[in-house]
Amino acid sequence: MNTARARQLIASVVPPIVFGVLFLAAWQWWVVTYDVQPFVIPKPTAIWQSFVDDFTLVWNASLVTGANALVGLVAGAVVGFLLAVLTNRFAVVSELINPLAVTIAAIPAVVIVGVLNNMYALDSQLGRRIMVTLAVFFIVFVQVVKGLRQNDATQMELMRSYAATPRQTLLKVRLPNTMPYFFTAVRNAAPVAVIIALVSEYFGGTQDGLGSKISGTLNGSNKALGFAYVLGGSVVGLLFFAGSSLLEYVVVPWRRRRRSR
Amino acid sequence: MTNDQTVPAGAPLAVEAVGVGKVFNADAPNRVDALVDVDLSIARGEFVSLIGPSGCGKSTLLRLFADLLEPTGGTLLVNGKSAHQARVDQDYGMAFQQSGLFEWRSVERNIELPLELKGWDKARRRERSREMLELVKLSEFATHMPWQLSGGMQQRVAIARALAAHPPLLLMDEPFGALDEMTREHMQAELLRICSGTDTTVVFVTHSIPEAVYLADRVVVMSPRPGRITDVIDVSLGRDRDELTREASAFFERVTEVREALRGIEMSDHARGIEDR
Repeated sequence: MNTARARQLIASVVPPIVFGVLFLAAWQWWVVTYDVQPFVIPKPTAIWQSFVDDFTLVWNASLVTGANALVGLVAGAVVGFLLAVLTNRFAVVSELINPLAVTIAAIPAVVIVGVLNNMYALDSQLGRRIMVTLAVFFIVFVQVVKGLRQNDATQMELMRSYAATPRQTLLKVRLPNTMPYFFTAVRNAAPVAVIIALVSEYFGGTQDGLGSKISGTLNGSNKALGFAYVLGGSVVGLLFFAGSSLLEYVVVPWRRRRRSR
Repeated sequence: MTNDQTVPAGAPLAVEAVGVGKVFNADAPNRVDALVDVDLSIARGEFVSLIGPSGCGKSTLLRLFADLLEPTGGTLLVNGKSAHQARVDQDYGMAFQQSGLFEWRSVERNIELPLELKGWDKARRRERSREMLELVKLSEFATHMPWQLSGGMQQRVAIARALAAHPPLLLMDEPFGALDEMTREHMQAELLRICSGTDTTVVFVTHSIPEAVYLADRVVVMSPRPGRITDVIDVSLGRDRDELTREASAFFERVTEVREALRGIEMSDHARGIEDR
């Protein structure tokens, strides 16, 4: 049993690692062999060198962008979840929120960031955080509304047989049933939050996050440092994904069990 | 029992249905007469099986008793009161083909849910769930999660949950329908054992003839289009039933009797089908 699990683990981990290493090796070989100039495409080893040498720069920029993404992710998840529950409870709210949510999702992020940046002080991160919140909100809202509608018929009949009030049914059955949907949404929204936080830095405001650094350095001659920032962004994105997956694993263990069956 | 049961004068019936009918989509072209003119009296402590082909309305009838559906005609008393009042008072427990266990609750917390909704305090709930787990012989699984149990064990938890508040009436909709034959026979014996200590009235919907006969004092045979009761067969095998009962000739006679009653339905259906053409 344990050897089977170990074999499964190896089977799922080894191929991507092998592919990644081969890809980097091919990249290195190509740059070296064809003598590609570092201001066009740097060597992976040079990027790594830059990442290590200028780690403080990458780290500080990552903190700024990571904080924006995290604040937006949490705010968006909370707002999305609460509004979805209200929508489920009250038809009026549903009629108000649904069109609004779709409209917000349809507006290009660029426009909103531009407007928000003009609304707040130049050194404020608020506009970016609101942008992330909006993007996350929509993803979470849609999933939770869906989750609240997916109810096990037997469980609902049981609750009716217990003469449970709508509030009791919501708290004891609908909400727990929705948790897997909520955490799946958060897991999907987490990398999106990082990307939105990063991209929203392209449209003015303080130049201290990963997005501004990437756009600044990739246009310059120190391409290796630019790619080191990109590497930093990837790490932040992966951390967000891993963190939200772990959260799902801990909070909704019954889903994990159901899937592993 | 937390509620004092007001029993009307006369025979204390667990269920009393007079001329009960249920029509779905009454004014639409897809109108369905699910139940027509059902008369059925079930005495306290009686075990009654409802059997019939799909669409005969046996599950619908059970849901009328449970006030999960409302009848469109006739009068229906459950435990001497309206079905609605009986539901509000939680006079019955219910079990379905799906165990309907809540995945995020441990076995004991599943059993405690109806008690929680009744406002029992934690200590009293825990005491009762221990008692129920002992009754269904699952004491060592109290803190397990539902997914860790087999189908038969999950169904036993569902029965323990249905009986947790000690309701006078137990309504069961094909509770063993998804189990394999061996587990099924074992569960039938367990159900009789569990109910034998109490004077619980049981209404048990099934489409298995041996199951209906083995469990019940009376088997109610129903037929479809429109759903109605066509036969009521007294099983009269006594209350002490065990594995030998399944091999007794009296058991086979009753099984044959129910089978013939059901065949009568098919025949007449067939005949009517020909007439219609």
